[in-house]
Amino acid sequence: MTGVSEKALFQSNPLGSTTTLDEVRENFEFLDDWEERYGYVIDLGKQIPKMPDQYRIEDNYVHGCQSQVWFIHYFDPESNKLYLLVDSDAMIVRGLAAVVLTALSGKSPQDVAAFDMDKLFQDLDLLRHLSPTRGNGLRSMVQKIQTTAAGL
Amino acid sequence: MTPSLTKESLIKESVTKESTAAYSLEAADGSKVEPLDIDRIRRDFPILHQQVNGKPLVYLDNAATSQKPAVVIESMNRYYREYNSNVHRGAHSLSDKATAAFEAARLHIAQYLNASGREEIIWVRGTTEAINLVAQSYGRSQLQTGDEIILSQLEHHSNIVPWQLLAEQVGAVIKVIPINEKAELDMAAYRQLLTDRTKIVAVNHVSNATGTINPIIEISRLAHATGAVVVVDGAQALPHLIVDVKALDCDFYACSGHKAFGPTGIGALYGKRELLEKMPPYQGGGEMIERVSFSGTTFNQLPFKFEAGTPAIAEAIGFAEAVRYLEQFDRKALQAHEDRLLARAMELADAVPGLSVIGQAQQKASVFSFLVDGLHPSDMGTLLDQQGIAVRTGHHCTQPLMDYLGIPGTSRASFAFYNTLEEVEKFFAALQKIIRLFA
Ligand SMILES: Cc1ncc(COP(=O)(O)O)c(C=O)c1O
Repeated sequence: MTGVSEKALFQSNPLGSTTTLDEVRENFEFLDDWEERYGYVIDLGKQIPKMPDQYRIEDNYVHGCQSQVWFIHYFDPESNKLYLLVDSDAMIVRGLAAVVLTALSGKSPQDVAAFDMDKLFQDLDLLRHLSPTRGNGLRSMVQKIQTTAAGL
Repeated sequence: MTPSLTKESLIKESVTKESTAAYSLEAADGSKVEPLDIDRIRRDFPILHQQVNGKPLVYLDNAATSQKPAVVIESMNRYYREYNSNVHRGAHSLSDKATAAFEAARLHIAQYLNASGREEIIWVRGTTEAINLVAQSYGRSQLQTGDEIILSQLEHHSNIVPWQLLAEQVGAVIKVIPINEKAELDMAAYRQLLTDRTKIVAVNHVSNATGTINPIIEISRLAHATGAVVVVDGAQALPHLIVDVKALDCDFYACSGHKAFGPTGIGALYGKRELLEKMPPYQGGGEMIERVSFSGTTFNQLPFKFEAGTPAIAEAIGFAEAVRYLEQFDRKALQAHEDRLLARAMELADAVPGLSVIGQAQQKASVFSFLVDGLHPSDMGTLLDQQGIAVRTGHHCTQPLMDYLGIPGTSRASFAFYNTLEEVEKFFAALQKIIRLFA
């Protein structure tokens, strides 16, 4: 996977900065039926800045997904912060990835590596999407992010 | 008899009337068929009566695996409760009973497929194992460098990869029958592909991805004219069609119990006796031998020669029970009902903007594979599931077909005879909701 030097691209991502995890948690509490919940997930996905085509390459590809998923990161050693970007051609995967970014992007690699994603997805009643079944790309993506963080 | 007019009987009556009206049908050949009472049939399938994500389950993933009627579940239960024992070996009554049931099951499948005898039916784990058996036993012993194997663009990975392995081993060449825009085999191209080097033609009877029903009789006739043997992947045909291996005149026919209302872990390979006779064993072990010594081993006769180890006894019994269950119906009526479900889906699909149906063969089983512009199949699957509707999404283990069509995958609703018109309508209502959510 590629460490990307385009800081601006990562700074244009509101997830994890202006869109906070507390806000996302709170919003989920007010949504009751599946249409509202997934409508919100899809909207969150739309907040992810578009990944430039040059990064949609094999090196950044997350394998094991039904949909196509890419992941890139940028590490700022000065502030000790890890910035993340994800792209997917499936809107729900994209939206769930947005939840992951909200939780992890802009945190220290230590915090990223230690984050309990299962717990968050359980709280949001989305745990099924992280289930370790065959072809679960979201789980591979979270693992890839956390391994990257642990290696920094 | 005058029926008492309780509320319940009124409701029941109106339901039955509606069902009768809906399901008094013509078979594909135009003959009248007995009306089906789908509500009654559904009562035979315990799993159908449940809620998923707070909604009544609408199970439209039948091509992946079908549901099982209670009689099948009970037949397996009874085996384990009353006469579980190893087959062909025990010197005791339970073993005799288990062996009798196991062999009766084989005979039943043989008769159902119209094989010439029970020794033409080999128990396997499923279609996949059946095809691997033919490739490794028949293929490896009969094919030589430069020989040709013909497959089709419509094949499931299970009917591709075993042949690729064989081709590597013996130096054979694989050729592929192309399809037209409706996902039907290009028969003219097939004729062109057949040469005197063609040794095997392996095609599916019904495509799991598009529902296409392939003209096996014609395929066999042409293959036999050049001396090739025909291997049919019947995984998707068994639940929909009456399969008669003599009428098809194929040399091998592979199928899975679980696709045809039976259990997982069991399938049948039909092979013409004279071919099976000359084939070497596939795996070695118990059951398949006549006598073992370190100076040499003689093999058991058909069909045991191909059945190493303790077989799936309860599953074989369950599989035969599934076939017995099917036999109570006028199969033409079941088919006509499934055709009706598919026709309704096609009708409703017309009203959905941006929806394209993948596979529009003239001869088609009740498989509805589709794409909606701008909507990824994986999103479609997730959001249908939220509404209690089970479909499959992805490439359906037919990646070469998806590549050929230039799509990453589809969403697929596959209907069984226990599905109702109401369920098809619910499925489309759910689909419209999803499209609105993305709008
Ligand atoms: C056309 C076709 N062939 C082969 C198979 C493989 O069957 P099984 O997994 O039961 O061996 C399937 C099942 O998905 C199928 O649909």
